[in-house]
Amino acid sequence: MLTATLLSTFLGIALICLLPSRFGGAAKWIALLSALTGFGFAVAAFQGYDMRPGVYPIQSIINLPWVEKIGIGFITGADGISLILLLLTGIIAITGILFSWNVTHQPRAFFALFLTIIFGVYGVFQSLDLFLLFVFYEIVIIPKYFLISIWGSTNREYGAMKLTIYSVAGSALILLGLLGIYVLAPEATFNLLSLAKYKFPVAFQLWAFPVMFLGFGILGGLWPFHTWAPTGHVAAPTAVSMLLAGVVMKLGSYGALRVAMTLFPLGLDYWRMPVAILATVGLLYGALVALAQRDLKFVVGYSSINHMGFVMLGLVTLNTLGLSGAVLQMFSHGIIGGLLFAVVGRMLYDRTHTRDISQLGGMGLTKALPFAALTFTVASAASMGLPGFSGFIAEISILLGTWKAFPVLLIFTMLGVVITVAFTLRALQRTFFPAHNADAPTAETAHEPFDPITLPERLGALILMTATVGVGLFPKILLDPILRSFESPQSLMHHLIQGVAK
Amino acid sequence: MNSTLLLLKFLAPESILADTALLVLIAGLVKSTASSRNVLLSLTLLGGLTAGACLLYFPDNVNFFHGMVVLDPLTRLVKLAILILSLVTAVFAAGSSVREHFAEYLALILFSTIGMMLLAGTEDLLMIFIALEMTSIPLYILTGYLKKSSASAEAALKYFLVGGVSAAFLLFGLSLIYGVTGCTALQDLAKVPPATFRDPLFLAGVVMAMAGFGFKVAAVPFHLWAPDVYEGAPTPSAALIASGSKVAGFLILAKLLTYGLAKAGGSAVWGAMQPGWLPVLGLIAAASIIVGNLAALSQSNVKRILAYSAIAQSGYMLLGLMAADKTGLSSVLFYVIVYALTTLGAFGVCAIVEQRRGGSQLHHFEGLHQSAPGLALCMGVFMISLAGIPPLAGFFGKFYLFAGALGSVATKDGHMGLLWLLIIAIAFNAVSLYYYLIVLKHVFVIPSSAEPAPRSPRSATGTLVGLLAIAIFALGIYPGLLLDPIHNAVKTATWFAAKAAAIATSAAQPKTLQGTTK
Repeated sequence: MLTATLLSTFLGIALICLLPSRFGGAAKWIALLSALTGFGFAVAAFQGYDMRPGVYPIQSIINLPWVEKIGIGFITGADGISLILLLLTGIIAITGILFSWNVTHQPRAFFALFLTIIFGVYGVFQSLDLFLLFVFYEIVIIPKYFLISIWGSTNREYGAMKLTIYSVAGSALILLGLLGIYVLAPEATFNLLSLAKYKFPVAFQLWAFPVMFLGFGILGGLWPFHTWAPTGHVAAPTAVSMLLAGVVMKLGSYGALRVAMTLFPLGLDYWRMPVAILATVGLLYGALVALAQRDLKFVVGYSSINHMGFVMLGLVTLNTLGLSGAVLQMFSHGIIGGLLFAVVGRMLYDRTHTRDISQLGGMGLTKALPFAALTFTVASAASMGLPGFSGFIAEISILLGTWKAFPVLLIFTMLGVVITVAFTLRALQRTFFPAHNADAPTAETAHEPFDPITLPERLGALILMTATVGVGLFPKILLDPILRSFESPQSLMHHLIQGVAK
Repeated sequence: MNSTLLLLKFLAPESILADTALLVLIAGLVKSTASSRNVLLSLTLLGGLTAGACLLYFPDNVNFFHGMVVLDPLTRLVKLAILILSLVTAVFAAGSSVREHFAEYLALILFSTIGMMLLAGTEDLLMIFIALEMTSIPLYILTGYLKKSSASAEAALKYFLVGGVSAAFLLFGLSLIYGVTGCTALQDLAKVPPATFRDPLFLAGVVMAMAGFGFKVAAVPFHLWAPDVYEGAPTPSAALIASGSKVAGFLILAKLLTYGLAKAGGSAVWGAMQPGWLPVLGLIAAASIIVGNLAALSQSNVKRILAYSAIAQSGYMLLGLMAADKTGLSSVLFYVIVYALTTLGAFGVCAIVEQRRGGSQLHHFEGLHQSAPGLALCMGVFMISLAGIPPLAGFFGKFYLFAGALGSVATKDGHMGLLWLLIIAIAFNAVSLYYYLIVLKHVFVIPSSAEPAPRSPRSATGTLVGLLAIAIFALGIYPGLLLDPIHNAVKTATWFAAKAAAIATSAAQPKTLQGTTK
């Protein structure tokens, strides 16, 4: 079931590549079909996850030789964390394609590159071989560059190049750590399951942990290496902003957890406090900067930094509450971030051709585009972490976890929560419910009536809203597999909640 | 059979190539037309394929005149690679701007190939020098082949002058080595008592020889000829210099250093360096990686970018040589062959673009994806492979190279002696993506300012470029295709076994090859 997600995505890419150019319009249908089947397989794998106690938490393992001579295997498998992120990838793939239904410039190339990113992301979330994981991780980089620089908007070539260089810098750090792991491991292998049993030398862990954590952290939006994110998000076409915020940033936090934290417990123990401080600063900084933005997409971009700060902080709390909250927050922010970017990039910008908050505020958007207003309100409420949405459960768990682990940082974190509410409300109110000129557009902001919101957009928004509300009301569906992945004594990450230094 | 006849039998591939070259020269006496050029090319290909068949047909391992001429799985593999690369170059030449004296051009490619093949198949200092000259002299002429182009003439003069001086260095270095040790065969050199290696005269000889080879593989600080030659020479000549000649150069450098001079390595471990060729190689590698990658950032001609990229790539490969063990040699061979295929493909694309648009400046590549989508895609594969991004062969090659180098001097307590070099290599590899992406930005992102030219008919060069791109992709997905033969060939390289045994008895740490803890 797991590898079928890869296979169906690959088939989609292949079919689109083989499509004759006069049938370019069919590319989006093939992409949608491929994303739907991929998601279907992810759901099937999720359904089939066996949570009985005693069952090995990493399931449906496939182990094929690849480059036997130097110990590289095609090893895939998933625990609860992987499965949840695979589900997220499926949802973002489908909705991303729905929100790019209006792409007419070279549609074949667009959807092929889009699916290539999805392919890489699916791959990372299920790889149990570090080399394979790194290959998938790197596959994501180049398509991002082309998607942004060809189909992007504001300052796209700059944003694309900056994002790519940051990603590659992160990969370079990861590569360094990976080579060290390979050289020092007792046998020539990249198999995560066997490497996790091995205690790497302390001297190595002390430098390898920060190197690898930072390497992944760059993609995860860790302050102060986050600056690629806002410019990249803003320059990217809507579907790619959704992908970047929705799943690509998650690759970073997932890699940090799955590789750096799992393999280097001693390094983690040593560097835990600095990472927690960076995460808290990022969380506060993202919120404060978002408060000062005039461009609505930048607000959403910086809110991603803010939310990913929560994820990183949750990861280093090293207690069940914080860790499971962090994983849930990955899912939750993927959905909410995707939704916010969809409204700003597709529903508003494609129609109004501006993202300036004050200009948007003068357009009477609640009347003109009521569906966009509704969606943005729901997404804002979820983003603030109101009860009933997925963000609430995630953030409250992280806060409780932080209380236990870093009582002093909790003060700043709480401050961050307050500012998050402030910037979200500010953006929502000024864009859709401005105080001054209620609904009557003034002469200077008068405009042609906007195209109505199309069916694919409504569909995409509904899927994302259902996901965040569904998880908000029934968090157990996701929390049980997550908890299982940390609490099972056979889990790779069991030592994280047991006290890492032991 | 006496040994002379045997020698003829095992040098049959080289003899066939020489005969083919002479035949091509004679056939070239008829008037040069498009069809006569095709006949000449077919003749060359036929000769090349026969030589390749001969190479595969005699599977015996032989060693003539105390290592003067050697044929074993390793040399056979490399000779085959060189032959393929040269033949591809010959096909490129048929579609290029070389119109006058085409027969001589092909013959020179063949003569140079003979030199490269002899170079790959020898383990003797004298023969190394002769084969190196046999390779270089035709290459000088090939560089200056466009008589009416001043850039070509300038490139040839530069190449010849620097090449001549470096050959002198090499010869002087080899003669010093001979003077101190009294032997020219690598197998005798390997048995020289270690005390000799501390002789300053001997070390001077080693360093001078390395300077000569540094020129051959375009490593900093012996690289200054490369950008001008790559840019000014006819594109097929540049492709041959960058591919076949490099494969042969790296194999012989590896043999000289890790076989003949195995015990004179010293140590390049940070903070514990010891005199020998390892620290010199380390510095050359680091300098090549840094200078090559930084200089490439500001170039506006694709062939110049390829030249600086070649310098940087040489640095990575030298890093692999520093491992000085079987893994290291396999990784260098894998990488140099993959690199040669990739760069050959990139030069092929340049050749086609030059034909259609009159140059290989970056702006000539603008909007290539509209006028020639297939070609653009191939260029994408080559650039991304050179940048070392998966799933292309360049990534696996680089990974294997780095792993081999890092693993060669690592101890179980987490100390990795060559980490400093690896940090430089990986950091500047990240930098390199920038200029490869700049090329791709012109190919894919910037639309062409000129009106789209009509689609050109499929050419042999285009087909080969496509095949090379497919090969790079296939080797990236399944590196075993090339890695397995290389592994099997390197396994037969006996000289590492003796060395490993010597070290196992002298040092306690099993994974250490050079003393790291001293």
